[in-house]
Amino acid sequence: MIDLIQMIVNGIAVGSSYALMGLAMVIIYKTSEVPNFAQGEMALISSFFAMMLLTSFNISVYPAFFLTFVFAVLLGVFLEFAILRRAKEPNVLGMIVITIGIEMVLLGFVSWKFGAEQKTMPFPIGPYDSFIIGDIFISKLEVLTLVAALLLMSVLYLFFKYSKLGLAMKATQQNSVAAQIVGIRTNRILMMTWGISSLVGAVAGLLISPTIMHPFMMWDPMLKGFAAAVMGGMTSLPGVVIAAYMLGIIENLFGGYVSIEFKTVVAFAIIVLVLCIKPSGLFARHYVKKV
Amino acid sequence: MPDLLEVKNIETYYDLVYAIRGASFAVKEGSITAILGNNGVGKSTILKTIMGQIEDQPDKGIIEFEGVPIHHKDTDEIVRKGIAYVPEGREVFEELTVHEHLLMGAYTRKDPSGIKQDIEQVFQYFPVLKNRTNQWAGTLSGGEQQMLAIGRALMLRPTLLILDEPSLGLSPILVKEIFSIIQEINSKGTTILLVEQNANMALSISSTGLILENGRFVMKGKSKDLLEDKDVKEFYLGIKSETSAKGYQRWKRKKAWR
Ligand SMILES: Nc1ncnc2c1ncn2[C@@H]1O[C@H](COP(=O)(O)OP(=O)(O)O)[C@@H](O)[C@H]1O
Ligand SMILES: [Mg+2]
Repeated sequence: MIDLIQMIVNGIAVGSSYALMGLAMVIIYKTSEVPNFAQGEMALISSFFAMMLLTSFNISVYPAFFLTFVFAVLLGVFLEFAILRRAKEPNVLGMIVITIGIEMVLLGFVSWKFGAEQKTMPFPIGPYDSFIIGDIFISKLEVLTLVAALLLMSVLYLFFKYSKLGLAMKATQQNSVAAQIVGIRTNRILMMTWGISSLVGAVAGLLISPTIMHPFMMWDPMLKGFAAAVMGGMTSLPGVVIAAYMLGIIENLFGGYVSIEFKTVVAFAIIVLVLCIKPSGLFARHYVKKV
Repeated sequence: MPDLLEVKNIETYYDLVYAIRGASFAVKEGSITAILGNNGVGKSTILKTIMGQIEDQPDKGIIEFEGVPIHHKDTDEIVRKGIAYVPEGREVFEELTVHEHLLMGAYTRKDPSGIKQDIEQVFQYFPVLKNRTNQWAGTLSGGEQQMLAIGRALMLRPTLLILDEPSLGLSPILVKEIFSIIQEINSKGTTILLVEQNANMALSISSTGLILENGRFVMKGKSKDLLEDKDVKEFYLGIKSETSAKGYQRWKRKKAWR
């Protein structure tokens, strides 16, 4: 029984970082309809930027994190403005290839600049600081990640639902011609969504970095986040978060009771299953075009 | 009345397709001006050119609104000058509600009380929309979507309202209703530029009519004169005159217009 609860707690803990990465992807997908495969590496370079500020420039933690968030926003804005916008007559496949290209460049850059070995991030909370409730362990970092994921989800949800800018972002995604003719600067909207998304990714990256810090640190969270986004229907913010937690829990239970070797593969088996049964995702409330 | 919109000798290409071949016209303040023509002659292209929807176009020519050049400006900037546009095929946001559409129509405005008033005004013009306030646009009928597209455009409080074939795909009763509302909007002071294939309807509510063929205007005049014109009657109103029964004769005369 304790094992079971511990596994679920671990699942929720790891699900939080999937949720953050999934949220980041959904934000871009909502406006650009592009799955951004560079999401993980954008978070990666932001995390290394933070480490550089902390270790090489001796900037203290909170200003360094603040600068990192600014960096992340500018990075997202820059990538949209300088690269994605340049695509002439873009189609989804072409855009995906571009994001994969960006991913490789960023990954290559981080490996070249910082090397491939594990680094230590001077984070205010260490990876082993834990709460112990009864016989259940949960690390402080995991609690913080959970809080961050739920908080960001709520803020973003309210933003898209009730703010004028959020509504304009939805409008741009649904029909960019119509958005332009009501006076929305659609280019600027896309740029902003890349900035916001990159910021959410950077939060995930920073929260992962005390535990794992090397060029491939974002691979697993990014792929699982993508899996959760697909399960959640790609556009639903609560959907991706719920899917991320389901994924984390199922993965841990599978690892505990069935096979630890195939633990990470479970996510993709679930995606296939979901796509076969409900292709629009578990939580999408998509309007189906009448033909 | 001065000219609100002036289009001088514009030429528009879609890559290598030469779509507008030197077109000039003016829209008088307070008027309803109608552009007529068959399918594919370039009516929508003229409107898209005015709205800055075709990249780097017009290739040549000048477009002035209230005496200020607006060609080669971004669409949102043109919209902010007070030109609202109802494109062909409505272009609604399928997963936004009726209410959200009207809010988006007022995207560039910052007067909450005025916006509220105008929403009521739109519901007065189109009472069906009021019953659908919280319904997604994608779930509306074609006629309702057309009304929504017009309502969304009105939320700009435009000086000039441009409509591209508002009658397309609607039942005759609905067409009548929409045209009478267009007239009402005009009578409250909004200038209107209307593109139509339904020449009869368009000429009956407009003051000036322009006939477009293959990217050029071939006729301009008072709408009531055009309604009486023999060629217009024959080619656009579907009223055959007895003298030219043979196809080639008609074709010859049509040719001679250019
Ligand atoms: N996006 C486009 N690319 C290339 N050619 C186009 C495009 N849109 C319209 N055309 C061509 O331009 C001409 C005028 O089209 P359009 O303005 O839509 O006509 P109308 O509105 O009068 O039916 C047509 O010959 C059409 O084939
Ligand atoms: Mg047309």
